Amino acid sequence: MPFAQALREAGMAAFVAAMLAVPLVGFRLADTSTGLRIDTRFDWVAFGVGGVFLGRLLLGLLRGRGPGSGLRLDLPKLPSNAGTLFGAGLAIFAIVMPFTPMADRYVVELAITVLIYVMLGWGLNIVVGLAGLLDLGYVAFYAVGAYSYALFAIHFGWSFWICLPIAGALAALFGVLLGFPVLRLRGDYLAIVTLGFGEMIRIVLLNWKEFSGGSAGLTSIPRPSFFGIQFTNNPDPGVIPFHEYFGLDFSPMQRITFLYYLIFALALATNFFTLRLRKLPIGRAWEALREDEIACRALGINPTNVKLSAFALGAMFGGFAGAFFATRQGFISPESFTFIESAVILAIVVLGGMGSQLGVVIAAGFLILVPELLREFSQYRMILFGLAMVLIMLWRPQGLVAHRDPSIRLGAAR
Amino acid sequence: MSALLSIERVKARYGPVEALRGVSLHVDEGEIVALIGANGAGKSTLLMTICGDPRAAEGRVVYAGRDITGAALHEMVDLGIAQSPEGRRIFPRMSVLENLQMGAFKGDPANFQGDLDRIFALFPRLAERRSQRAGTMSGGEQQMLAIGRALMSRPRLLLLDEPSLGLAPLLVAQIFATIREINRERGVTVLLVEQNAYHALRLAHRGYVLVNGEIRMSGEGQKLLDDPDIRKAYLAGGHG
Repeated sequence: MPFAQALREAGMAAFVAAMLAVPLVGFRLADTSTGLRIDTRFDWVAFGVGGVFLGRLLLGLLRGRGPGSGLRLDLPKLPSNAGTLFGAGLAIFAIVMPFTPMADRYVVELAITVLIYVMLGWGLNIVVGLAGLLDLGYVAFYAVGAYSYALFAIHFGWSFWICLPIAGALAALFGVLLGFPVLRLRGDYLAIVTLGFGEMIRIVLLNWKEFSGGSAGLTSIPRPSFFGIQFTNNPDPGVIPFHEYFGLDFSPMQRITFLYYLIFALALATNFFTLRLRKLPIGRAWEALREDEIACRALGINPTNVKLSAFALGAMFGGFAGAFFATRQGFISPESFTFIESAVILAIVVLGGMGSQLGVVIAAGFLILVPELLREFSQYRMILFGLAMVLIMLWRPQGLVAHRDPSIRLGAAR
Repeated sequence: MSALLSIERVKARYGPVEALRGVSLHVDEGEIVALIGANGAGKSTLLMTICGDPRAAEGRVVYAGRDITGAALHEMVDLGIAQSPEGRRIFPRMSVLENLQMGAFKGDPANFQGDLDRIFALFPRLAERRSQRAGTMSGGEQQMLAIGRALMSRPRLLLLDEPSLGLAPLLVAQIFATIREINRERGVTVLLVEQNAYHALRLAHRGYVLVNGEIRMSGEGQKLLDDPDIRKAYLAGGHG
């Protein structure tokens, strides 16, 4: 890219940065003893805008060196089973992790959060990665699952294992409800409608106070029990809690470790289910539909059924994850189901490489752990996080794991 | 012999534009029928209209004695009609094998291996490339794949849209020889749309010439080839 063009682009980027930074960074409300005062921080703005200008200029100049040059991270060519081995290694690590010395309460809680997002990412991967339907409202199904579990458990006293399939079924039903009106939509239009759908669910939950508790949410959601045995230090009379049953001392870690294995099992089930589906006609039809809808119809595939099944199954896993979320937190409110959650889940799928199961795991780890690790940098952490995202998308525009395995091989297998 | 497919005074429109102005033709069981015409004459539209997308604005499409004018595109395979649509439309990110598997989507899985072997016998090139991503193959190979994929549904009637488009002359001859083989050995009835009038009419039992959405001429393939008007209009410059 010629220098003048790079300069012009850098100037544009700096201008946009300045427009954003002046109101966002430039002014600050300070609380003083005499009342509120507005401080200005134009030196910060200047640094930021200068940084954007130089960075964009550098990027423009780097890109200019010949076709396909610039920032591109070429991963070494790995043997074809590297992904499987790595996945198996990760799974073994996940199994032994709670018994390693590093596993304190914070680490296991964090691992649970990561696993929830892995599961959500795998669920959304069916819709976005395999079927190619851009869904920006996935959090709606997460919310449906969470509220289904919470309401059934609170009002009817049903156990987690009874509520789990109900939560999944209700979420799947909502998936079909969303699917019908958007059957003819593609790309941007589909994204807008799904975005609206996600917000609708949240706003209904926020305003229908008699049903969902409104913004106060639902509290004292029953905690999960170990197949009927409760985790508690002060059980009701006549009830044997977990630690007495197994002759252990009481520790809150027992419940957390159980939750950890529970979400691990749920996530693994999602993964196996998806991998299996990919090899079945319906899973291949999802992928084919993403590639070419007209060709699919010419081959006798009814796109209505294929799309609805993708929405329903993706939503179902979101619902399972939601039910788990509700039982883990013990408290849910619409605030947990904002658009930013959908965006994070979608980012996990895109960053991981659309359709890649392992990519979702790596991306979920990255997107959840990095903001945690950057906590020390307090107010800068979202900036660093954003920077890391931009860099990854520049290096690996196809996502971290862009490789796609064929779902069928001939010869050896037959 | 009775007509397997007959199209009766079919009209089709894209908005205000009338693409087909009352076309009638018929294809008998076991025949190869070629529909030739210039770019924009409505050839592909006619093929699409048979499949219900776009739906015929007027007229009827009758297949095996049944009115299928209102049927949807995805119902065609169940009726025994397979098509290799315009622009081939293979699945570029899927392997050759997966593409063929999609062709057998509605079929009985028990037939899959046998049908696959037959397709590979017909197109040995596809057998060599079975694990390759379809989008990375040459145009001719993609065309073979599109035809092979259509055949995987065991059709009674095969609709081919421009099988020679963008192919080298040697490959065109090969593809057309294969179409003849499919027709002779398996009794698949073929309706093909072509700009390459020379090859199409030499192959076909009968042909129709479509001009501006109307059938201008019809007859046996060889007779049309010998017709001076057709030679002038479609075969100028030798073998096209």
